[in-house]
Amino acid sequence: MIRLEKRPEPSQNWALATPVLAVLATMVAGGIMFALLGKDPVEAIRTIFWDPLFHPDFAAFSRPQLLVKAGPLILIAIGLSLGFRAGVWNIGAEGQYIIGALCGAGVGLAFYPLEAFWIFPMMVIAGALGGWAWAMIPGILKTRFNTNEILVSLLLVYVAEQLMASMAVGLLRNPEGSGFPGSRNLQQYASAANNELIAGTGMHWGVVAALIAVIFAYILLNRHIMGFNIRLAGQAPRAAKFSGVKPARLILFCLGVSGALAGMAGLFEVAGPAGQITIDFNVGYGFTAIIVAFLGRLHPVGILLAGLLMALTYIGGELAQFMLGLPAAAIQAFQGMLLFFLLAGDVLTNFRIRLGRAEVA
Amino acid sequence: MDLSSINPVLLLAALMVASTPILLAAIGELVAEKAGVLNLGVEGMMIIGAICGFAVAVETGNPYLGYIGAAIGGAALSLIFAFLTQYLLSNQVATGLALTLFGLGFSALIGQSYSGIKPPQINDLNIPLLADIPFVGPVLFQHDIMVYFAILLVAVVAYMLTRTRAGLILRAVGESHDAAHALGYKVVLIRVAAIAFGGACAGLGGAYLSLVRVPQWTEGMTAGAGWIALAIVVFASWKPWRVLLGAYLFGGITVLQLNLQAAGVKIPVEYLSMSPYLITILVLVIMSADRGRASLNAPAALGKSFHAAS
Repeated sequence: MIRLEKRPEPSQNWALATPVLAVLATMVAGGIMFALLGKDPVEAIRTIFWDPLFHPDFAAFSRPQLLVKAGPLILIAIGLSLGFRAGVWNIGAEGQYIIGALCGAGVGLAFYPLEAFWIFPMMVIAGALGGWAWAMIPGILKTRFNTNEILVSLLLVYVAEQLMASMAVGLLRNPEGSGFPGSRNLQQYASAANNELIAGTGMHWGVVAALIAVIFAYILLNRHIMGFNIRLAGQAPRAAKFSGVKPARLILFCLGVSGALAGMAGLFEVAGPAGQITIDFNVGYGFTAIIVAFLGRLHPVGILLAGLLMALTYIGGELAQFMLGLPAAAIQAFQGMLLFFLLAGDVLTNFRIRLGRAEVA
Repeated sequence: MDLSSINPVLLLAALMVASTPILLAAIGELVAEKAGVLNLGVEGMMIIGAICGFAVAVETGNPYLGYIGAAIGGAALSLIFAFLTQYLLSNQVATGLALTLFGLGFSALIGQSYSGIKPPQINDLNIPLLADIPFVGPVLFQHDIMVYFAILLVAVVAYMLTRTRAGLILRAVGESHDAAHALGYKVVLIRVAAIAFGGACAGLGGAYLSLVRVPQWTEGMTAGAGWIALAIVVFASWKPWRVLLGAYLFGGITVLQLNLQAAGVKIPVEYLSMSPYLITILVLVIMSADRGRASLNAPAALGKSFHAAS
């Protein structure tokens, strides 16, 4: 008879060990999945986790991609983690990411072809504001009308996608694009381009912003009263109420920060790696960031590492697609599986496993 | 623009078809939520149902076997959720999200070789005599069997929840799991069963999309239907018959905007396409604004983990 006994305090050691165990378990389960697909599991896992960094032919190309992909993931996940800690579930980061990209790109394109140093900073601000405003919709509906923020933020993703489609063929369409949908390419507009800062590393402004966000989130959570209130509201809502934490302010803060960061991530992506607003501009970073936030244990440093690992699976997945003919969707299933194992592993953090019958108390 | 090109009979008939997938998913989720389980994986279970149903129907050539396959597929996925939340006591919100993310990826993986195929045809059930009534006949009595099955399911769920002992126990578990446990009911088992029922219903809803409504398989074809089903449960304030109303309301908006697109209204297609989501949000706001009423009916233990030893 297996019994669970609640730990008085969550175990620190298990909290650190479960992500590692979850990754290993996912490798095994993923390997079985790949074997069922008729691929050599060992080779598939090596292609996903090892080759992007160390393969003699591909590493030179794929290593910089690591930062390019990790940047937006970390930036979004940092924002989400604040809310998740406080029990505010913003799962519409994908929508905020899209709106941020639209607003930022819109500001940049409005000044085309003017060349000035202040255009890019303006775009960053516009992107952050766009994401913030989009996140304020569920925020205000939650605080004012008690509407479920999970459902509203998620439904707004579909609205944002439609809005982007209409922008790509309407307002933001490239007038010289001979009628094709999609905006001007921002990478060909020097003042608005988010170029690589150090050649060959993949480092762009988005990655810098992600690193700054990690540091700020760390300070916020450990040294600032707001961070304390966030943790308090998540762990002991009643205590938080008695200590004077205003739930409405907390909700708006968490949603606002996560929206602004997601919007910024969208802007950095559209001005950099993606280059333009197209109908299929978003690739699900907003959803993968949820996994990153949990994999990083909602801790800033953890998220940094988790973001890099998740970026690795993205690149490895592309490589496996190209080298082994592994379907693109396999990697998505693989990432979902990782989240399952991670959540399952949490039982070890919060409970002791006892064998034998329960004693009579 | 030519609004006279919209035929009210076809519009209402299409409404019944458009609302069926959401109705199935929502009534399943309602049962799970009544048992105190918030499963946010409806979207994932629907899309798994869509591909399982489609694959089984194509391989066997029998669409009804497809529905059975879809129900099994949806229930199987929901059992992952059940195991994690009921036995390993993981956070229900996070696990539900994981289910959706995994379902979307996994369905795309198994669905690869099925895109671009037509599923076997499902014939409409022309109910004799009734189907010949002008106007009412084509609207109500010329649909495939799933449309009626969904309505029947709502009736059965409504009856079970309010008029039977089993329903009473289910609601007791959802209102106070500690009290139900003290009375000797197997809280975890009842919840697992409710989750599996929800999964099977969501799977059926997904299969209805891929076999009848669309009918073909494309990646991510549920396009938020699962989330709308979740919203409809809130809209219905956890009452089965109101789920029917909510699903028809949503189906009506969907069909109407498609008809307006076809009629060439001077509103860009994208704005018409986003209208069902916007209306859903609006309805959610109206329902939850009245704090007393909405929260009164929500199961008290919704989303809370149950651990017997504590």
